[in-house]
Amino acid sequence: MRAFTKLTGQVLVLEQENIDTDQIIPARFLTATDFDGIGEHLFADWRLDASDEPVPGHRLNQSGARQSPILVGGHNFGCGSSREHAPHALLGFGFRVVISSQIADIFRSNSQNVGLLPVVLEADQHASLLQMDGEEITVDLEDCEVTVRASDGTEQRWPFSIDPFARHCLLRGLDRFDFLEQAEDAIAAYEEHR
Amino acid sequence: MVSAPESPAESLFDKLWNSHLVQAQTDATPAIIYIDLHLVHEVTSPQGFDLLREKGIAVRRPQRTLATLDHSTPTLPAGDDGQRPYITAQARRQVQTLRDNCHEFGIELHDWDSPSRGIVHVMGPELGATQPGMTIVCGDSHTSTHGAFGALAFGIGTTEVGHVLAKQCLLQNKPKSMRVNVEGKLAEDVTAKDLALNIINYLGMNGGTGFVIEYAGEAVRGLDMESRMTLCNLTIEAGARAGMIAPDHKTIDYLRGRAKVPQGDAFDQAAEDWLQLASDPEAVFDSEITLDAADMRPTITYGTDPGMSVAIGEPVPLATNATQEKALQYMGFEGGQAMSERKVDVVFVGSCTNGRISDLRAATEVLRGRRVADHVRMLVVPGSENIRKQAESEGLHETILAAGAEWRLPGCSMCIAMNGDLVPPGKTAVSTSNRNFEGRQGKGSRTLLASPETAAASAVMGHVAGVADLETAQEVA
Repeated sequence: MRAFTKLTGQVLVLEQENIDTDQIIPARFLTATDFDGIGEHLFADWRLDASDEPVPGHRLNQSGARQSPILVGGHNFGCGSSREHAPHALLGFGFRVVISSQIADIFRSNSQNVGLLPVVLEADQHASLLQMDGEEITVDLEDCEVTVRASDGTEQRWPFSIDPFARHCLLRGLDRFDFLEQAEDAIAAYEEHR
Repeated sequence: MVSAPESPAESLFDKLWNSHLVQAQTDATPAIIYIDLHLVHEVTSPQGFDLLREKGIAVRRPQRTLATLDHSTPTLPAGDDGQRPYITAQARRQVQTLRDNCHEFGIELHDWDSPSRGIVHVMGPELGATQPGMTIVCGDSHTSTHGAFGALAFGIGTTEVGHVLAKQCLLQNKPKSMRVNVEGKLAEDVTAKDLALNIINYLGMNGGTGFVIEYAGEAVRGLDMESRMTLCNLTIEAGARAGMIAPDHKTIDYLRGRAKVPQGDAFDQAAEDWLQLASDPEAVFDSEITLDAADMRPTITYGTDPGMSVAIGEPVPLATNATQEKALQYMGFEGGQAMSERKVDVVFVGSCTNGRISDLRAATEVLRGRRVADHVRMLVVPGSENIRKQAESEGLHETILAAGAEWRLPGCSMCIAMNGDLVPPGKTAVSTSNRNFEGRQGKGSRTLLASPETAAASAVMGHVAGVADLETAQEVA
């Protein structure tokens, strides 16, 4: 897993609430047996028309979309199916961070497992970010802080909380599996004594 | 005299969590919990098996792992050439990959030739693999279904599928707990699907996020096991990963004699233990709500999340925010419009939500002596081979076919629409499945979620209708 420490980059806003994993990656793209190239199908039903041509003007088809590493989604992002294809597709498209005011449980843990940083902010901060499409912000996992620049040039720093173990692994690019491997004695003891 | 320290009251969830703790949660690290049963299907497992190959390790407990084919599988039989009509070569390869993985790692797979093959959440309980007191996971969000037996059951991602294959364990922080009490009795015509849609409507599609839900109260106790599975299945649609119901005599009766439960005296001993799992009377929940069963009517969704629903006969609600406006626009509804104005193009009865024998019986009862409207395509897909055989032995398929509906082979089919069974763009489906998201049943599809009874009634009437409408229409005729 690729490490995440701190990143400054453009924000791409999809303000719709309840963006579910069927939107992020429609089910017909789930028959592959690896995640290679899955980013090409990200939000396929939004980005592409019936003949698989880009929908003109869609935010995800605008120039710079694939150079925007920070996705700000509406409230309750990532609800629905447990498909890990969803965070893989976001990573494949070019995102490294997803920010919302609520992120669904399974999507959040899948994201942490594959190296996409999920960030939950307060409602008012999130509301401000929804108005900052295309602007540059900084997401710092070391300090657990999002930094935005207001129109008058002043900086605002918004702290966020994240599961400490997820943070530990993301900062170092560690595979969570290693922690399970180190617990072998405890697992063996449980199996023996249960 | 010193009295023994009282042990703190525990909920069903607490008991399941505590008894599976391999290593406790700390400030810096998650808990490690042991997984009793790992269910596997073709879509979310291939990259999990790759982890094993990368690391050169075996599946730790193959006997705690059970696999089936359900998502990518065609529901039409093999052609004259003996080839099953997979939607793509890639889908066929995905199925072959699971077959190869199960062979390589020694896992029991219910392939095409198994008399028990079925949708993963239908097959587990049928075989008695799903048992009270267990932790159960699967790379599928509707794993919550198995909570109907008093198990802690939830969906996981593919990375975690790899973890469980390799270590039979998961890293987890303990979720919060919520008890949903449904007091009173459900009216005769109100099904578990209606109950679940009412609960999701009350909580909202994200009201359960961060929680595990225990369902309790007279109306829940009154449900049979198949109805309990429908209710727990839909828990994820309120955002909660797991839903559960304490085991009782119905749980025991359902499981007795099934292939994978203990037999004879051992079963009675197990049953005694299972009945101890219920939440202690003093157990405390992080959140608790109480609903009145008497308020609930047969229900149907109108929008693009399962929380957007109304009682049959009620008009489409007026949009009060941008999300609802967008949903109505996608669905082609105007606020205030009568739902019955909507012509129905497709009706789907099946899925891990409503593809069990009682669901098929209920839909068939509505179809008996009636015909599906000419412009409606109706698909009935049993949840498993066992259900298919049971239905055929009761002659349900004959009634279904006589009414002009299609009778298919078991699988997820039109619920996830990745096998070629799908709703065309712009068309309206009344579906007994679990998600009405944009495009869920095919790009541009419009899904109305409802019970098998309502789905069948809508198929006959050709527009959105409940069973009561059907009876009224007949009296008029």
